Amino acid sequence: MRRLLNTIYVTTPDAYLALKGENVLIIKDDETIGRVPLHNLEAICTFGHQGASPALMAACVEQNIAIVFLTSNGRFRARVIGPSNGNVVLRKTQYRISDDEQKSAHIARHFLVGKLYNAKWTLERMTRDHALRIDVEKFKRVSAHLTESMKQLMTIDDLEVLRGVEGNAASAYFSLLDDMILQQKQDFFFKGRNRRPPLDNVNALLSFAYSLLSTEVGAALEGVGLDAYVGFLHRDRPGRMSLALDMMEELRSVYADRFVLSLINLKQVQASDFLKKESGAVLMTDDARKKILQLWKDKKEEKITHPFLKEKISWGLVPHAQALLLARFIRGDIDAYPPFLWK
Amino acid sequence: MLVLITYDVSTISDGGTRRLRVVAKKCEDYGVRVQNSVFECIVDATQLKKLEIELEELIDPTVDSLRFYILGNNHKRKVNHIGAKPSLDVEGPLIF
Repeated sequence: MRRLLNTIYVTTPDAYLALKGENVLIIKDDETIGRVPLHNLEAICTFGHQGASPALMAACVEQNIAIVFLTSNGRFRARVIGPSNGNVVLRKTQYRISDDEQKSAHIARHFLVGKLYNAKWTLERMTRDHALRIDVEKFKRVSAHLTESMKQLMTIDDLEVLRGVEGNAASAYFSLLDDMILQQKQDFFFKGRNRRPPLDNVNALLSFAYSLLSTEVGAALEGVGLDAYVGFLHRDRPGRMSLALDMMEELRSVYADRFVLSLINLKQVQASDFLKKESGAVLMTDDARKKILQLWKDKKEEKITHPFLKEKISWGLVPHAQALLLARFIRGDIDAYPPFLWK
Repeated sequence: MLVLITYDVSTISDGGTRRLRVVAKKCEDYGVRVQNSVFECIVDATQLKKLEIELEELIDPTVDSLRFYILGNNHKRKVNHIGAKPSLDVEGPLIF
């Protein structure tokens, strides 16, 4: 397995990125505030608006370093892709599957089984770790419902029906998210998912975590030569990384939701980290974003044993491992796509 | 692994200043300058070999010298910094 390298996050809004030798320079007001050799990097994530030099983009593309441009709120704006990208045969197979509703459904249900399985074990983990602080019976009920839905999913061949089952299961899971917030209840509560813009602190955190995760999953998919924009569960829409969203389904609860919950429950974020706009939109302060990125990096470095590969890898490589498995499945090397099943 | 590279390039010899400049530039490609002619590079075994060969070609072995200190993967406890200009940890969080 590949080594997980570092990611630069540029949060200074008016910083410009340039190439010097084999280094990326972070320049602010004609002054170099950072300088990092490219071979130590996995990706460059910039939240600024100044951009990067074409020379740097070329060097990054050559060395397989992702450059991602995000808005200051963490919403995806653009990504740099090189001229030749991956393997044509693999992509064409991917497109053919995507065009075929039934074959798509076949893969999509693996993503969804992964999603429900991981959601279930997120709930089960809570009942084990915090049995005295939550309504265990309610958790067990939803958990049983998720198990039931998983069984159902395996028999469905129709995308619309799959979405229906998944929708029900997901809302059952989300109905417990608020119960999983154990600390700072007056500032952090979850009454339902809202986005663009997020209207409360928890939704702001979720949106940010999902957008970090989706850029990482997207980069991982492109890295193995798949087209992140052509999905199976999510249908094509211009500018939407459908396949990244597909693959994200199975990682949302264990990767992003649990990350957000631990930020709150360990009091790593406070109410003062958020700003409320007149429009009702909730934004994070710059310092909060930095703090969260730092913790996100720590999370990425934690090691786990991959349940299918049986190999010890860091959390940050999980999207890469899954992308690799998906590519193998599309190529026909394995019989089914094994979702990431966490326990 | 972390490799510490130090060099001594004789600037009084022929073309010495030029060699000094190109050696420094090459080192900068691979790592972070921590003192005037001291670089810390996080590299793997292949990259180190490549760097060694490239640097060897640049120097004049009769008057210049290069030293590589290989500090391994668990280098965090082996390096202590006191005083001005603490160097950048390229394996730590990079948030600018």
